[in-house]
Amino acid sequence: MQNPTSDSRPLIRFDRVNKSFGDLTVLDRLSFDVAPGERVTLIGPSGSGKTTILRLLMTLEHVTPAKDPAAEGGVIWVEGEPLSHMEKGGKLVVANERHLRQVRKKIGMVFQSFNLFPNMRVLRNVTEAQVHTLGRSKDEAEAKARELLDLVGLSAKVDNYPSQLSGGQQQRVAIARALAMDPDILLLDEVTSALDPELVADVLGVLRDVADTTSITMLIVTHEMGFARDVSNRVMMFDRGQIVEEGAPDEIFSDPREARTQDFLRAVLAE
Amino acid sequence: MNEWNNETLVEVFPAIWQGFLVVLQVTLVAGLIAVVLGLSVAIGERIGPPWVKRVLSLVFQFIRNTPLLVQVLFVWTATSLYINPEWSAFAVGSAVLGVHYASYTSESYRAGIEAIPLGQWEAATALSLPTHRVWGAIVLPQMMRRSTAAVANWVIAMFKEVPTLFVIGVLEMIAQAQKYQGQHYDGAVEGYTIAGILFLAASYPVAVAARRLENRLAKSHF
Repeated sequence: MQNPTSDSRPLIRFDRVNKSFGDLTVLDRLSFDVAPGERVTLIGPSGSGKTTILRLLMTLEHVTPAKDPAAEGGVIWVEGEPLSHMEKGGKLVVANERHLRQVRKKIGMVFQSFNLFPNMRVLRNVTEAQVHTLGRSKDEAEAKARELLDLVGLSAKVDNYPSQLSGGQQQRVAIARALAMDPDILLLDEVTSALDPELVADVLGVLRDVADTTSITMLIVTHEMGFARDVSNRVMMFDRGQIVEEGAPDEIFSDPREARTQDFLRAVLAE
Repeated sequence: MNEWNNETLVEVFPAIWQGFLVVLQVTLVAGLIAVVLGLSVAIGERIGPPWVKRVLSLVFQFIRNTPLLVQVLFVWTATSLYINPEWSAFAVGSAVLGVHYASYTSESYRAGIEAIPLGQWEAATALSLPTHRVWGAIVLPQMMRRSTAAVANWVIAMFKEVPTLFVIGVLEMIAQAQKYQGQHYDGAVEGYTIAGILFLAASYPVAVAARRLENRLAKSHF
């Protein structure tokens, strides 16, 4: 089954996606597209659904299914293939674990709290999934890991455990770990929120380098508005699971149209 | 008669030592069951379908909440009457003791698994790691760090409960002391004393080692 608008071929398509946690509706028939290579920053107050969007894409959460996805939507598409659903007997049904395992290989995520494996040294943190998910040889995985750890400025720390690194260093390892999987889409979920202020610049510097030197599509949730302005092509302002306003970073940050966006930016920039 | 006698002490010692070796053998077999079965139950409760979780929870709640002595007598009688009267008391007793303590070790393992931050599971999912790697390379090593000392303490507790198997005729130290007394009308106090000293001599160093291991693991890099 093809994405209904596969001609335009967005890399990511949210088609009337719903997500509820019990009685709480976090996303309400949310639709948007992301083109290949685009860098989209999602901004908005806590609870507006930004992180949920990333978690749905990473399949850490699952959409609240519609009764008839063909008619009602409620499906997330990646590269023209359904992510949240799979085709069965000519119909879209909620994806099983096998399908999710396959489709999520296209996507990498860097988490707020790094989530490095504490029992593994830095090098193995970056090689583990290359070997056991992608089937690369150990030598190939190590070469890739060393190259990426060099890129993030941590080639001297390959034999350290995560607990021996600063927060900023751990986050840079997490970025290397995500990039090692050669994802088409990189999700960045408030990657500097857990860092001391003096460590934020290092991490953002690495991400700027990644943005400058690769064509990876990025979805970024951040409160670092300067970084968002520099790196993104588009900014989407969310409130209560809906897009309030979207546009080029200069447009949104310099001349927001909606009062809700103006209030939010005023509050964030005053921090 | 019935007064402390050093000669009796020397005389009864070989029999008690034989009983001690049986205690060690039971501990080895039952300990292996407790460690492996407890881990399997903890993993089964985590990844099994809901009905498996319910059944495991019910069975092990039952085992935890009934006395070991009753379980030993029940299983020994039931197996002798309905399954195979040839099964040895050693085998049946070790199995019951192992399963009984698996009900405790599984709780320690479960606590170790639950203490692993959600982010670890999410990172493993985000990297699409196969299930056997998630468990083998991430969950179990982290869980072991948290659970090893507690499981070691359960095995030490189990070691001290081996004399319970005396009731079904396993010739451990207490049974040997009683057997000696039955034959010589003497030596019970000496025999029990040696048994107590041997228990202490064996369990104290292990308890100290378990505590050191706990401290060492707490200071490890992860």
